[in-house]
Amino acid sequence: MPQMPQAAQAGPPSLPALFTGFLKIGLMGFGGVGPIARHIIVAERGWLDDRAYAELMGICQALPGANTVNAAVVLGDRFRGVPGALACVFALMAMPLLSLVALANIYDAFSSHPLTQVALTGAAASAAGLILGTALRLMSRAGLAPWGWGMAAAAFLAVGVLRLPMLPSLLVLVPLGLAAATFAARRR
Amino acid sequence: MQRGVFTQLAVTFGTISLMAIGGANAVVPEIHRQVVDLLAWMDAPTFARLFAIAQTAPGPNVMLASIIGWQVAGTPGLLVATLAMLVPSSLLALACGRGLRRWSDNGAVRIVTLALVPIALGLMLASGAVATLAADAGLFGYAITAATALVTYRSKVNPLVPMAVGTAGYVLVWLAGLA
Repeated sequence: MPQMPQAAQAGPPSLPALFTGFLKIGLMGFGGVGPIARHIIVAERGWLDDRAYAELMGICQALPGANTVNAAVVLGDRFRGVPGALACVFALMAMPLLSLVALANIYDAFSSHPLTQVALTGAAASAAGLILGTALRLMSRAGLAPWGWGMAAAAFLAVGVLRLPMLPSLLVLVPLGLAAATFAARRR
Repeated sequence: MQRGVFTQLAVTFGTISLMAIGGANAVVPEIHRQVVDLLAWMDAPTFARLFAIAQTAPGPNVMLASIIGWQVAGTPGLLVATLAMLVPSSLLALACGRGLRRWSDNGAVRIVTLALVPIALGLMLASGAVATLAADAGLFGYAITAATALVTYRSKVNPLVPMAVGTAGYVLVWLAGLA
């Protein structure tokens, strides 16, 4: 795909441009779509500058759902309305879902083989470590205040150790967090 | 009974969609609780294996819902679960994206982010813990989990690398008759 210097181009990107951009993000995002999304949206296509991208991700992180999916919705809608949002999300999900169906069918075809089960058990143990390591790395770099560590510990205990249902847990944790964050922001 | 399954998939993942603070990696415990404990659609090791497959595929991590839908009800199940996971949170994103453009109230976004980041991190750690126990891979499995966690924590290597190494290591140990 040729690298189009679109930053200088007048007007919002077209639907096909949005579609191919997010198709590429979905296709190239092996092991996480975050970095590749930034590369394509900011560097390759020039749809946003660094500051606008950071602002967009700030909104997307404050919302439930995958960040990249939220970014696809908000960006698509901003440039081309609801059709834009639909095109971006569809493009983002298309190739990953096809790969997933392929992987699932391979799994199905070989699932009776004992070695498949062993390999997947090993993969499951590794995948768990991946999430743990990512969580620990993000925690160590988040610069949390003491109340933040308290909220993180409470969320971990409630959902990970006590295995409480998530909805009531969030209905307690989120208002507490909002109160603490408001208080912290005022004191600064 | 098929309609019951699709409705249940839509309800389960539709509500989880709105709880996924920081993405699907925050809701692994809730998905596990619903599909293994409450609905008994699969056992914990199967759940852990599907989780591993979803991690291997490219794309956003919401695809854990997709592969569970696939396991429960084939390709239609995959589509229902994926849409259920995507639509509620996307509608919220659409509304908030428009609202924020109109009011440009970034103070509120900052407060909400400040409040949600620690909760999201605690939930992600909980997801890792639940996935570790669900994998049920024995003592050597825990060692692999710990090693993968350490490598991910210490380096910025593509996650597929430690995953491939961990899987290969586990297979080799099994072939040697130790696991």
